[in-house]
Amino acid sequence: MNAHLQPTGSAYFIAKETQVAESHTLSILVDNEPGVLARVIGLFSGRGYNIESLTVSETEHEAHLSRITIVTRGTPGVLEQIKSQLERIVPVHRVVDLTVRAKAMGQERPIEREVALVKVTGSGEMRAETLRLADAFHAKVVDATVDHFIFEITGKSSKVDQFVAVMKPLGLSEVCRTGIAAMNRGPQGM
Amino acid sequence: MSGTENQMTGAEIVLQALRDNGVEHIFGYPGGAVLPIYDEIFQQDDIEHILVRHEQGAGHMAEGYARSTGKVGVMLVTSGPGATNAVTPLQDALMDSIPLVCLTGQVPTTLIGSDAFQECDTVGITRPCTKHNWLVKDVNELARIIHEAFRVAQSGRPGPVVVDIPKDVQFATGTYTPPSAAPIQKSYQPKLQGDARQIEAAVQLMKTARRPIIYSGGGVVNSGPEASRLLRELVEITGFPITSTLMGLGAYPHSGKNWLGMLGMHGSYEANMAMHDCDVMVCIGARFDDRITGRLNAFSPNSKKIHIDIDPSSINKNVRVDIPILGDVGNVLEDMVRLWRAGSKDYDKTVQADWWTSITKWRARNSFAYKQSNDVIMPQYAIQRLYELTKDRDTYITTEVGQHQMWAAQFYGFEQPNRWMTSGGLGTMGYGFPAAIGVQVAHRDSLVIDIAGDASIQMCIQEMSCAVQYNLPVKIFILNNQYMGMVRQWQQLLHGNRLSNSYTEAMPDFVKLAEAYGGVGIACDKPGDLDAAIQEMIDVKRPVIFDCRVANLANCFPMIPSGKAHNEMLLPDEATDEAVANAIDAKGRQLV
Repeated sequence: MNAHLQPTGSAYFIAKETQVAESHTLSILVDNEPGVLARVIGLFSGRGYNIESLTVSETEHEAHLSRITIVTRGTPGVLEQIKSQLERIVPVHRVVDLTVRAKAMGQERPIEREVALVKVTGSGEMRAETLRLADAFHAKVVDATVDHFIFEITGKSSKVDQFVAVMKPLGLSEVCRTGIAAMNRGPQGM
Repeated sequence: MSGTENQMTGAEIVLQALRDNGVEHIFGYPGGAVLPIYDEIFQQDDIEHILVRHEQGAGHMAEGYARSTGKVGVMLVTSGPGATNAVTPLQDALMDSIPLVCLTGQVPTTLIGSDAFQECDTVGITRPCTKHNWLVKDVNELARIIHEAFRVAQSGRPGPVVVDIPKDVQFATGTYTPPSAAPIQKSYQPKLQGDARQIEAAVQLMKTARRPIIYSGGGVVNSGPEASRLLRELVEITGFPITSTLMGLGAYPHSGKNWLGMLGMHGSYEANMAMHDCDVMVCIGARFDDRITGRLNAFSPNSKKIHIDIDPSSINKNVRVDIPILGDVGNVLEDMVRLWRAGSKDYDKTVQADWWTSITKWRARNSFAYKQSNDVIMPQYAIQRLYELTKDRDTYITTEVGQHQMWAAQFYGFEQPNRWMTSGGLGTMGYGFPAAIGVQVAHRDSLVIDIAGDASIQMCIQEMSCAVQYNLPVKIFILNNQYMGMVRQWQQLLHGNRLSNSYTEAMPDFVKLAEAYGGVGIACDKPGDLDAAIQEMIDVKRPVIFDCRVANLANCFPMIPSGKAHNEMLLPDEATDEAVANAIDAKGRQLV
């Protein structure tokens, strides 16, 4: 059989990416109308951008405004594109790259917090250990029986990660995380 | 009785809203979910409905109509397949920034989500291929949404929008809100005026240029006739050379002395060399598309770049620029021309003398040259003759997609904007003929020619029936080489001339096809007969299919092969079989 013949080139110019990707947190203020979240996340999937965390809720009920917080990863060029592309969406009012703003103020990152509900099942001595560790993490017991606890924990994602890891050997059975809520430090609004 | 005059059914509201937005023509196809609107169309005379033969045709007609008039094109289709067939023209309009309002019927609101007959998630399917879309669930919102649809479609960077109207909303009675009273969505307010300091900085930079170039695009055409006039004025007062993208042809006249021809993959040698070697580039309403730039890391390496664009996402997308100016091309050019004039006494055009010497040298390479034949019609010759015989008339040109499109762009000279309709971004085969019908609807007495390929034309050939029905004397000028020519050219260049499925073995008899539809068919295969045949085509006041049999294996040159820079063009006189075979070197193999 003949060797399989390969094309010598392509109709497209493909350049290697040389910039380094970084993680940024974006705040997007939108009209809370049907389909608006689909427009935003459709933009990310359609253009090949990453979503590491997504949080959305109506924040100004009278004005029907929702705030979407997205943690995304990309090179500086891609991050700039994401912001511009988001601004093109008709119901989008404002897009702020909180990470860029934090850096401009000499900070590493904006304030970023996450809430998690963590269910741990078990009995006997493990329960005391579970409670002791939960206390160390300032996790609150929101539900309990003799066979389980549900903890509510708030903090940076890394803290939640750590808490979940610690609970694993103690009978972790279920985790639900909200995704990140974020805001810049200082008196200036979005 | 006060208050009741604004009470109408949804279908009546649609027609009233169209009238209030200045609509005179709509292109559409009826079906179950739009019957109430069609019933209203039947009972009025203000708006003419053009019945198409396929919804894709309706979309391209609306695009041709919009691009040749500067107005919004309007299409009306039914739910389900009507809407899905509209997807191609919607994406086409999105990529080429054509203002389009597409009204779609939808199953009744109570049936949405039940997989009803001819149901599809129209707003879901069309979300990524429109600028915005709406599903109207309340008849009282219908008028506001249609007015907003027109505002969004034509303001800022123009584009297509969809208004999806369930059948029960068309039947329901509600209040009509006139455009003047309708609230607008505050989050969408495009910025038209450019930043004064940025424009000032741009003008300062332009004055220091020794090797300047203006690179203009479709944004100039979209901005309106005044933008084209200002562009010409800017070229005149600065003395800068100017090139343009495919979409921007006609904004600066072909006969203008500073014109370098189109740039890009099949652009002129002088335009591409000047782009590569310039020291200041002024990009006006273009978007650094990959067909334009060639290899990005070798794109115009030593220039400072100014970019005027109304869409912030176009700026710094593919190419980093030094001075971005966000705003409408017309507004920014007005400021730019004024600023230049105010401080032009000290400007000496002779600083560009060496630059123009280089350009003259590049021009002398005559990069569009081709070998003439006495026996067979060369495709380039066919376009040249078509141009010579139609240039003094009121002519509009549309094209399909492929080699014929590039030859049309290279050899047909455009003196005015809005005279050239082509699918640039999406590259939609089947665009040209319906687009030509749309142009002819808007300009009944003009000469409208679709320069086509034998493969492309068969993608929307059914619209012959539409052209005949409405007495629209559109001319289809087919460069018939039996191949999908551009596919064959790429296969020759990149795939060892293995011509996989690019030859059409069973070609229809285009003359008989024209006659079967009730049009006129003309065939020509001798260079000596061509002029008379073209003249005959022009003189016939009916739809014509002109089957122009051209050299089968002609390639479109010059060309920037993949992975190459602007200054590495393959020129026609160097394009021997061997050079073509070796145009893409071993490094090109890594390019996927």
